[in-house]
Amino acid sequence: MDRLKQRELLHLLEEDSRMSAEQIGKMIGEPTEIVEQTIAALEAEKVIVKYPALVNWERVDDHPYVNAMIDVKVTPKRDVGFDEVAERICRFPEVKAVYLMSGASYDLSIILEGKTMKEVATFVSQKLSTLDSVVSTATHFILKRYKHDGIELEDRDEDHRMVVTP
Amino acid sequence: MSTQVKVKNRLSSTVQSLKPSGIRRFFDLAASMEGVISLGVGEPDFVTPWRMREASISSLERGHTAYTSNAGMLPLRVEIQKYLEERFSVSYHPETEILVTVGASEAIDIALRAILDPGDEVLVVEPCYVSYEPVIRLAGGVPVFLKTTMENQFKLTPQELETHITARTKAIIFCYPNNPTGGTMTAEEWKTLLPIIEKHDLMVISDEIYAELTYGRMHDSIAALPGMKDRTILISGFSKAFAMTGWRLGYVCASPDLLAGMLKIHQYTMLCAPTMAQMAALEALRHGRSDMERMIESYRQRRNYVVDGFRHIGLTCHEPDGAFYAFPSVVSTGLSSSEFAEKLLMEEKVAVVPGDVFGESGKGHIRCSYATSMEQLKKALERMERLMGRLS
Ligand SMILES: Cc1ncc(COP(=O)(O)O)c(C=O)c1O
Repeated sequence: MDRLKQRELLHLLEEDSRMSAEQIGKMIGEPTEIVEQTIAALEAEKVIVKYPALVNWERVDDHPYVNAMIDVKVTPKRDVGFDEVAERICRFPEVKAVYLMSGASYDLSIILEGKTMKEVATFVSQKLSTLDSVVSTATHFILKRYKHDGIELEDRDEDHRMVVTP
Repeated sequence: MSTQVKVKNRLSSTVQSLKPSGIRRFFDLAASMEGVISLGVGEPDFVTPWRMREASISSLERGHTAYTSNAGMLPLRVEIQKYLEERFSVSYHPETEILVTVGASEAIDIALRAILDPGDEVLVVEPCYVSYEPVIRLAGGVPVFLKTTMENQFKLTPQELETHITARTKAIIFCYPNNPTGGTMTAEEWKTLLPIIEKHDLMVISDEIYAELTYGRMHDSIAALPGMKDRTILISGFSKAFAMTGWRLGYVCASPDLLAGMLKIHQYTMLCAPTMAQMAALEALRHGRSDMERMIESYRQRRNYVVDGFRHIGLTCHEPDGAFYAFPSVVSTGLSSSEFAEKLLMEEKVAVVPGDVFGESGKGHIRCSYATSMEQLKKALERMERLMGRLS
C-alpha cells in the first residue's frame, strides 16, 4: 500500500479503531486482505501502538477518579540527563504520561490518575518527592475535561440540516 | 370594504406558471416522519470550520457591521482572484471582473437577467440543479434541455449540444462537477464542444460551485480554455467546499462589460453581500485550505464506500468523480424513481431524492448524498438492501 493510503488508513483507525478492514478497504479503495496485512505490519512496526477507547469517565457516575498534572523539578545526572529519573517515574502505573519540557521553570510534566485526591497526594509525597533527583513538585488538579486527545467531550450537536434540500 | 382581487391577477403569469419544487414535496413527506436516515441533503455535513466562524465573530466584535462596496470587499476579491488563478488557472481582475454575491444562487440569477432578452433560449444541461429552469423563466428566457446519460457518465456530447441550437439560442448553462449526478468534464471533453460554442457564438454560464470536490483529478474549468474566458460567466461560492451554506456567499467572474451589467442588478437588488460572511470567506481563502482538504478527503472515502455498496445491493451506479452525490439507477427494480424513493422512505425510512426532479434525463435514477456520517451511510445501505431483497 502506498504511503498516502497508509496515512489515510491510520487517520481512519485513529478516529474509529473498530472500523473493519473491509469497510476501510472500501473507503480507501484497497482489497480487504491488503488492509489486514498493512494493519498487521503497522502493529508490528509499532506505528499502531494500541487501540484505546476514549472514555468520558465523568459520565460514569460511580467511577470516582481524579486527574492531576504535576510539575517536577529535577537535578539531571551526568551522562543520563533526565532520562533515568523520567524512566523511573514512567514505571508507576498511576502515571499516565511523562513529558520533558522546555521553557518552563520545571523539567518534567507528569499526568497522574488516581481514585481520590488522597491517593494522588500520597503518591506525590511518598513516591515522587522521595526520588533522589527530584528537587520540587507542584500539583495541579484537573477540575473538568473539555477536550482530550483532540476530541471535545461535551455534547456534539445533532445534524440540524433539513432532511431533503437542493 | 376591500375590493376582491382575483388571484390570477395578483401573481404574474410567469410566476403562476412555475412548478413548485419537486424536492419540496418530498421534503414535506420526509419531514413528517420520525427516525429517517437522510441521503437527501444537498449540503455538507460539516459545520463551518471554527477558523471561519471565529473570523466572523471577531469582525463583529471589532464593529465591522456596515455595508461593503457593492462588488464586495476588495481584499476578498483579491483573494478570490489569487485562489482561482492558483487552483484552476483562470485569471480575473479583482476590480473589474469579480463580483461577490449572496450565494451562487444570486450569481446564477443576475447572470441570466443580465444577458437575456424575452424569448431568448438557454440550453440547460440535464440532469441539473433544480433552480436553473425557474430562474431562466423569471428572467424572460426559454429553457431548452440537453440530455446526458449514465452510459456517457453524464457528460455533455457535441451531438447533443449541436442539435438543440436555434437562432434564438443565447447561452448554455451547466454545473460540473454536477449536482445531482456527480459527473465531471475533462479539458479534452470540453475541447470537443468549443468549436460549436464558437460557431454559434454562445455565452457560457459555468456553475463551478463543486469545483473543489473532485476525486482523483483536478477540476478543469471551461473558462481556462483558449478563447473561452470572454464568453464565459464563471460562478462559484463558499457553500460546498468550505461548508458555508448558511452564510450565503458566492461570487461571479466575467469580462468587465458583463460584470458591469450584473453589478447594476446586484446593486439595485442586494446592494452588497453580508459583511460578516465576507469576513469569514476572507479567512477561508487565506487560511482554510487544510480544513477544506480534510473534508474533501472524507467525501472521497465515503463516495468509495457508497458506490461500492450500491453495486453490491444490485443498483447500477456510475462512479461519480465530483460533488457529493451518487446517482444510481433504479430501472432494474421496475419502479419509477419517485415510486422507488417513496417506497424507500415509507418502508425503510431512508430519504433520497427522485432523479426526475432534476429533469427528464434524471428519470430512473435517485440522488443519494453521501455528505453524512459513515454510521448513517452503513445503516442506509442495510435498509436499502432489505428493500431490494423484497423487490427482486
Ligand atoms: C449546482 C448548484 N448551484 C448552486 C447552488 C447554490 O449555492 P449557494 O448556496 O452558494 O447559493 C447549489 C446548491 O445546492 C447547487 O447544487
